[in-house]
Amino acid sequence: MTPHMLTRSLDRSATIFLAIVAACGILIPLSNLLLPAGSFLQVPTYLVALWGKYVCYAILALAIDLIWGYCGILSLGHGAFFALGGYAMGMYLMRQIGTRGVYGNPILPDFMVFLNWQKLPWYWYGFDMFWFAALMVLVVPGLLAFCFGWLAFRSRVTGVYLSIITQAMTYALLLAFFRNDFGFGGNNGLTDFKDILGFNVQAEGTRAALFALSCLALIIGFLICRAIVSSKLGKVLIAVRDAESRTRFLGYRVESYKLFVFTVSACMAGVAGALYVPQVGIINPSEFAPGNSIEAVIWVAVGGRGTLVGAALGAVVVNYAKTFFTSGVLAPYWLFMLGALFILVTLLLPKGIVGTFNAWWDQSKEKRIPATMASAAAEDGVTEPKMAE
Amino acid sequence: MNVMDTRATSAMLYLDGVHVSFDGFHAINNLSLTLEPGEMRAIIGPNGAGKTTMMDIITGKTKPDEGTVLFDGVTDLTRLDETRIAELGIGRKFQKPTVFESQTVQDNLLLALNVDHSVRGTLFWRGSRAESERIDKVLETIRLTEARNRLAGSLSHGQKQWLEIGMLLAQDPKLLLVDEPVAGMTDVETHLTAELLKEINKTHTVMVVEHDMTFVRELGVKVTCLHEGTVLAEGTIDQVSSNERVIEVYLGR
Ligand SMILES: Nc1ncnc2c1ncn2[C@@H]1O[C@H](COP(=O)(O)OP(=O)(O)OP(=O)(O)O)[C@@H](O)[C@H]1O
Ligand SMILES: [Mg+2]
Repeated sequence: MTPHMLTRSLDRSATIFLAIVAACGILIPLSNLLLPAGSFLQVPTYLVALWGKYVCYAILALAIDLIWGYCGILSLGHGAFFALGGYAMGMYLMRQIGTRGVYGNPILPDFMVFLNWQKLPWYWYGFDMFWFAALMVLVVPGLLAFCFGWLAFRSRVTGVYLSIITQAMTYALLLAFFRNDFGFGGNNGLTDFKDILGFNVQAEGTRAALFALSCLALIIGFLICRAIVSSKLGKVLIAVRDAESRTRFLGYRVESYKLFVFTVSACMAGVAGALYVPQVGIINPSEFAPGNSIEAVIWVAVGGRGTLVGAALGAVVVNYAKTFFTSGVLAPYWLFMLGALFILVTLLLPKGIVGTFNAWWDQSKEKRIPATMASAAAEDGVTEPKMAE
Repeated sequence: MNVMDTRATSAMLYLDGVHVSFDGFHAINNLSLTLEPGEMRAIIGPNGAGKTTMMDIITGKTKPDEGTVLFDGVTDLTRLDETRIAELGIGRKFQKPTVFESQTVQDNLLLALNVDHSVRGTLFWRGSRAESERIDKVLETIRLTEARNRLAGSLSHGQKQWLEIGMLLAQDPKLLLVDEPVAGMTDVETHLTAELLKEINKTHTVMVVEHDMTFVRELGVKVTCLHEGTVLAEGTIDQVSSNERVIEVYLGR
């Protein structure tokens, strides 16, 4: 990212958002580690882990907003990229277990010994090295998204049809990962992790560090998204979203643009999944469930499509509500509530929380200073007339 | 057909024996038409005559079932897609004004500029003085300087028409296809648009589809009348408008 892209991408709401995430990323782990347990301001470890999960969801939401909010690609299968990133990390964590597994096999994870496998399948090679696993966290979702997108976008599959095939993709992966002979632990998935880069995954310090890292990943992901959407490429994406064929007639290769953001978005989802797995301690095929991907789209709709900040906020708000309700007497009704929430937001707040707030803010500003409306809008980063540098 | 390596014609645009049918309905029938470089041509004809469909064929939106479509004497447009055809230098204004409504007027022009349209080029794009000067100039030409920071969606119908013409100017193609540019405009606006197109024609080849005969007369160029997907008459406005068949199917309604 060149400096001009960075400055261009930081408007007021972006700066506030980054400041809040950075503050959380620093203060919450410090409070957890330094303050005496049980004191008023100490964040208990279970909350650090829970919030860390929310932050990972926020990264996934950003990834979805980048393609849906800005380019009009409604992926209902982004949970697949999240899960693939998670599996790549899970494979690393499995291989770190070594002889500490139930069967004590230094190479083979327990489930392979249980299945009477004699040697490690080739696709597990390299996952004992962190750098390789980290690379695969990006490469596997990215490559799948690239191949999928190449086929879909070149044949001009759009709208509902695209959404349906993304659902089919994640469902196919769900079925594949359920199979024991697929080599990823089948139904049970990967779990019983011991340590990551030599640190105990259960330890408070590790959890705090993972939380801080998740916040850092959210910040970096947000900056990448902002840099993309505030560049001229971002304007092309919005053009594609609003009038795809018009964009073609201007000489833009629409499928390349879609492929680019779709791949970037899948890589981001992969990173989110990779950070999620050590914090929740398990990855299994249920992460591929089509419902998960749909839920993630709802977070974005609730927070505000096409606002980035809203997507992250929506992920946290909806998941907080989910935790709150599913731990009480209302637990059996959560799915109904989620559905109702989606319908209510679509009907009453079609722009989502942040989108509605922005519209209100712009309007009230217009009232305060009607004469300088145009310049105020420009200053707010709504438009970017700074062409000549 | 040995057209790829030798110029088959000196024409900017050459259509010969083009056929298109939609589910058995023949929208374009044996259509042949030639546009010389630097020419401006007005196309008239009743609703459903196939005027817009002809533009769809030229810009790659619709593939003809049969026939030849050559651009600049060498390029077979029937084999190319919309993006490639736009890159070659064919720009189009749509019958229903199509601008990017949620973006500002100047961003619409910026998107239309014929600069690097690759993913990498737009990602790392930083404006240049030359680019912003070109945009300023187009804004002035289409009288939207004041509205540059307004969202295109908030413009009036006539202003959207102009913005779309402005996008054509920014695109600076060799051949401009302009579909019904003065629909919904006042008489004054119509007159200004005619002036603008004549100005554009000094440096570009233009094809204009329009129903407004006053406007067509003001352009003062060769006229082609289409009917049922084929050329009914061609010539000066006086020749065409006195043609009996044209009066029967179009003017005399
Ligand atoms: N994609 C399509 N599918 C089916 N029929 C089509 C399609 N496009 C055009 N047609 C038909 O082809 C005929 C020619 O349409 P076209 O839009 O080219 O007419 P036009 O000359 O531009 O008319 P107008 O003056 O009303 O704009 C019409 O009968 C139309 O219904
Ligand atoms: Mg038409």
